[in-house]
Amino acid sequence: MEQFLPIAFMLVMGLALLIYVILDGYDLGVGMLLPFADDQQKDLMIASIGPFWDANETWIVLGVGVLLIAFPAAHGVILTSMYIPITIMLLGLILRGVAFDFRVKAGDARKERWNKIFFAGSVIASVSQGWMLGSYITGLQDNLTSILFSALISVTLPSLYVLLGAAWLMMKTEDELFNKALRWARLAIGPMGLGLLLVSIATPIVSASIAAKWFTMPNALGLLPIPLSCILIYGGLLWVLRRPDILNRGYAWTLFAGLVIICLMASLGLAYSLFPHIVIDRLTIWEAAAATESLEMIFYGVAVTLPAIIGYTIFVYKIFHGKVRELSYE
Amino acid sequence: MEFDPFVLSRIQFAANISFHILFPSITIGLCWFLVYFRIQYLRTNDKSWEYAYFSWVKIFALTFALGVVSGITMSFQFGTNWPGFMEKVGNIAGPLLGYEVLTAFFMEASFLGIMLFGKDRVSERVHLISTVLVAVGTTFSAFWILSLNSWMQTPAGYEIRDGIFYATDWWQIVFNPSFPYRMTHMLLASLLTSAFMIAGISAWRILRSKDGPSTWLLLRSSLIAAAVLTPTQILVGDLHGLNSLEHQPAKIAAVEAVWETGSGVPFTLLGMPNEETKTTDYAIKIPKLASLVLVHDAEGELPGLDQFEGEHPPVAAVFWSFRVMVGVGMLMLIMSWYGCWKLLRNSTFSKIYLTLLAPMAFSGWVAVLAGWYVTEIGRQPWVVYGLLRSRDVVAEHPPEILLGTLIGYLALYVFLLISYIGALAHLSSKPPRSGVVMHEYHLNNQGRS
Repeated sequence: MEQFLPIAFMLVMGLALLIYVILDGYDLGVGMLLPFADDQQKDLMIASIGPFWDANETWIVLGVGVLLIAFPAAHGVILTSMYIPITIMLLGLILRGVAFDFRVKAGDARKERWNKIFFAGSVIASVSQGWMLGSYITGLQDNLTSILFSALISVTLPSLYVLLGAAWLMMKTEDELFNKALRWARLAIGPMGLGLLLVSIATPIVSASIAAKWFTMPNALGLLPIPLSCILIYGGLLWVLRRPDILNRGYAWTLFAGLVIICLMASLGLAYSLFPHIVIDRLTIWEAAAATESLEMIFYGVAVTLPAIIGYTIFVYKIFHGKVRELSYE
Repeated sequence: MEFDPFVLSRIQFAANISFHILFPSITIGLCWFLVYFRIQYLRTNDKSWEYAYFSWVKIFALTFALGVVSGITMSFQFGTNWPGFMEKVGNIAGPLLGYEVLTAFFMEASFLGIMLFGKDRVSERVHLISTVLVAVGTTFSAFWILSLNSWMQTPAGYEIRDGIFYATDWWQIVFNPSFPYRMTHMLLASLLTSAFMIAGISAWRILRSKDGPSTWLLLRSSLIAAAVLTPTQILVGDLHGLNSLEHQPAKIAAVEAVWETGSGVPFTLLGMPNEETKTTDYAIKIPKLASLVLVHDAEGELPGLDQFEGEHPPVAAVFWSFRVMVGVGMLMLIMSWYGCWKLLRNSTFSKIYLTLLAPMAFSGWVAVLAGWYVTEIGRQPWVVYGLLRSRDVVAEHPPEILLGTLIGYLALYVFLLISYIGALAHLSSKPPRSGVVMHEYHLNNQGRS
């Protein structure tokens, strides 16, 4: 158990953060696209994420929660060294989370202001998450390369979110807004691909221990499917974005699914790069782990509740399946 | 000017947790009111109950969103500002927080979507079940977080090896000595907070002639609930105090400003505790009452602050918070009983009563904050009572950075609080959904709907 439980919790944490990036990614993306739509479309865009955003955001609480529960020593190290980006991200998430309600409940005169706050909050949260990811990968250093790398990811991650948001809108909307979302997706896919490429090149340069893991035989051969499948899917996305007739026939989900697979591959690659460290080159998951009896106590809870959570999350998505109609934010 | 990072971190955490608790203290209770409104509608088929539900579900959603975002902030601040807490107590606090996320957060957030937007997409049954699940979720959330808080007040079921806490008995940890009292006290506090918010806003609507039939249903049911819950809360609060006396005598000594251990201790009604002279200036005292209330014996002995030199909380803050809480409780008792007496006699409410009732919408907030100040300031200087000092778990950030984030948070919270109250006022100024204004009928004629 002592060997196994930290690995299990690392998997749970990774899964929670992956789900977070995908789910809150699309609603943060929709938030960043908000200013480019007209008033009626804004309402539709918000309606398309209204029933989901709160549960989406809960995945980051689970991810950070597992870090805190299972790896308390790492939790302190990581969170104190990211004090400023985390504070900025929280301000962004707070503003965005309340803007959902305030924009329709504070009176029509203030709606435009809350739309702007919603947009700003989404941008702030996405950019600071990118920064946090960057400084995490580079081992929480604050030298120049690390800062440049964090800056790079803080541009890349939002473009992924925008693309996820546009893909979501294409699944949930029709006609004019659908066409707009298609244009947004075409604009975002370039920067997103470039970012992904640069990050893949930069990661081994910035971190020597990551380079060593990837560029030794025979590991390199076994790892090949990760970059290859990303390239293949990226090509597929480019192709499908030039075929609106296909997307319009109800295949917009392929775009979203492709992005999900890219996210999955990226996180597998990241997990491989880091393992068995939780803070790269400093703390392994076993060194940072909580006491076994505490991990056991929460492990049973995870084993029972996580499948239930995934079950009712699917249930909720099924209920709200299909194109979004006008709905008031009750 | 020199700032102590420890003090700044404490102010920041106090600001966050004070802002946060405003919202759960409404939603935990309000959700059960919503369940009641929903069941009443399904049972009676009276549209007024449905209007009552829909007008308050909006406020619920807004309040819930504020609770969620301010709660996320707190989960991060454990790590960013108090890393020593998790490093030392993580083996115990971690699983309790984990169960809160797993059993409460996802359930609330997922079924809230159905509750708010799903009415046309699911059956009445599924909609009612979703509402119930959100209510159960908020209560579970309170269960786990209060279990952890109570454990920090009255630790049990642990052992310490090399300065790190390890769990030995989870049952004792979860159901630690102060937990049942604190849990009941907080659930009742939340029900009362929402009852007075409903009553206060309904009174305000009546005064502004925006009252439909549902406004009167809301006023009646919230007043009746408050009239039953307030005395229950006073009783539970008393038991909670006795429990604290047993486990945290320093806290009670501060609450009652008992400077010296002795028997037949008088009760200090009001006064100015002075820590330098170790006396209470301008004290109004009632002989032997403190002993009578706390030991149930006029000659009973009470431990004084002299027994806890350097290990007791700041006296004035705890002393005054307690009196504010009890004062608001008394006000709640008078207002709800007077209102129910009027209801029983079938008579109308005077304009004066309604004008006094309207600001009571926020009375729960005052009492909840004051109560939490008693219990949390009362725990100082410990973060885990008697075992771990707050000063030993704080992160060493440069004071200017802490000052910067503190100002940022405070500005944001003031802005959000103004926006929240503004939105409440806006939502409560809308004409009744039924289109029927009851105002003239109720204020000018004798009788009720």
